[in-house]
Amino acid sequence: MLVSVSIEMVLGFILAGLLIRDFPGKAFFRTIHALPLMVAPIVVGAVWKLMTFPGFGPIPHYLKEWFNIKYNLGTSAPQAFWTVVTMDIWHWTPFVTLTLLAGLSAMPKEPFESARVDGANRIQQFRFITLPLLMPMILTTLFLRIMDALRIVDEVWMLTGGGPGVSNRYIGIHIWRVVFPQTDYGYGSAMSLLLLYFTVVLCWLLFVSITQSGQRTVQ
Amino acid sequence: MASAVSKRSFKWSRLWINFGTYVFWILSSIITLFPIYWIITVASRSRVELFPPPNIAPTFLQKVYWKNFINPFVNGQQGDYLLNSIIIATSNALLVVILAVMATYALSRYRLAGADNIFFWTITNRMAPPAAFLLPLFLMYTRIAKIGDWSLFDTRIGMVLLYCVFNLPFAIWLLKGIMDGIPRELDDAVLVDGGNVWVVLTRIIIPLAAPGIAITALLSWVFAWNEYLLAATLTSVEARTITTGLAEFVTVTGTNWGEMAAVGLISLLPALVFLTLVQRYIVMGLTFGAVKG
Repeated sequence: MLVSVSIEMVLGFILAGLLIRDFPGKAFFRTIHALPLMVAPIVVGAVWKLMTFPGFGPIPHYLKEWFNIKYNLGTSAPQAFWTVVTMDIWHWTPFVTLTLLAGLSAMPKEPFESARVDGANRIQQFRFITLPLLMPMILTTLFLRIMDALRIVDEVWMLTGGGPGVSNRYIGIHIWRVVFPQTDYGYGSAMSLLLLYFTVVLCWLLFVSITQSGQRTVQ
Repeated sequence: MASAVSKRSFKWSRLWINFGTYVFWILSSIITLFPIYWIITVASRSRVELFPPPNIAPTFLQKVYWKNFINPFVNGQQGDYLLNSIIIATSNALLVVILAVMATYALSRYRLAGADNIFFWTITNRMAPPAAFLLPLFLMYTRIAKIGDWSLFDTRIGMVLLYCVFNLPFAIWLLKGIMDGIPRELDDAVLVDGGNVWVVLTRIIIPLAAPGIAITALLSWVFAWNEYLLAATLTSVEARTITTGLAEFVTVTGTNWGEMAAVGLISLLPALVFLTLVQRYIVMGLTFGAVKG
């Protein structure tokens, strides 16, 4: 999960950086890129299942034809894992993009101008002005994404059902599997509680970073 | 002369950058849109047309296999599920908005003991993985909230209340930022003129916060519509929602892919509509008002 979150952060950052420039049709592309955010997770899972199903899905077909890779979600655990990562990237990169875009557009102009007067080049401007100013925003996005990644159930459930075997059982699916088919209530509750503690800690970090970014906007 | 040349080359490089930008954005848009396109394509084909070799041409422009839509919705149960989803999501949105407006007003205008803690704990409620609440909720719905034969399990009311728990925090966080922005002097003016709190709320706060309230309602509608895990656990027949209906298509004995795609497509439509309505505010909603889009 951390894999997909880190890829999303980098990719989202690049996209936001590109989208901040003005060009005709910007709003149109922005709308398109916001689309996956509103799609229900379960539908995302269904769509990716339709795309990757061996038989009529285009992804296995073209992977076989162009790269000669045998791709089967139901038998190969690493492939299933990377499919889940790709799906998550498709679904949530827009979130990172749009959040950071909002952060970038709210940025004051003065520091950049004074830096240019002082002779800083673009990389220096980015390193010493953009990044520190954007830090609270980046942290907020990061924590939100980590927590959402911990919550992931629906997509994976739809795509592989946590399989093949137990290779792609994320914590949520694991709890579900333990509690319902096996009715092991005690073990399930213990895991739920641990997960809850973990989330509360993350939440606290998020809370701090949100309040900080709030102060930043007030300044 | 030299300046003219440099100006010209500058223009050329600028053109190339623009061209590159467009190519990049069109490519990434294709990647973004392809899954949606594919669900439309699959939904429009019959079983025979679907199977190999995969054909990614837009056949739905010429011929749509309507049985995919008619079978699950008219003959099957998906129509009921769709109705359930609409009822649950709509009443949830209404309830959330009413409660959230009052709660936020209190949090924003009065000095409550431990207001910060209340504020923090509400967000914990939203961010905690639903899987962590599955078991306690399941036991509560089937064993505790039970009067005679009737229990909250598998009822629409149960689902509405449940989504309220998960949507209220987000609604409060979103509305708090908006309500804090309404000047207190307006409240005071009404109070001085002899109005009570109710008048303040209905004449000042609600009209001024109307756009924010509308966004809150739409987003909590979408969240309730999209939810799957809790709906799948806490309902069985009567109150199933469309998302759980979609998941029911995956069975051991083979799946009717066309119908599954059709149901998925239908459950996707509200998202597309809302996207056009609240596109600018989605980010604000998802980050609890921390980021203004």
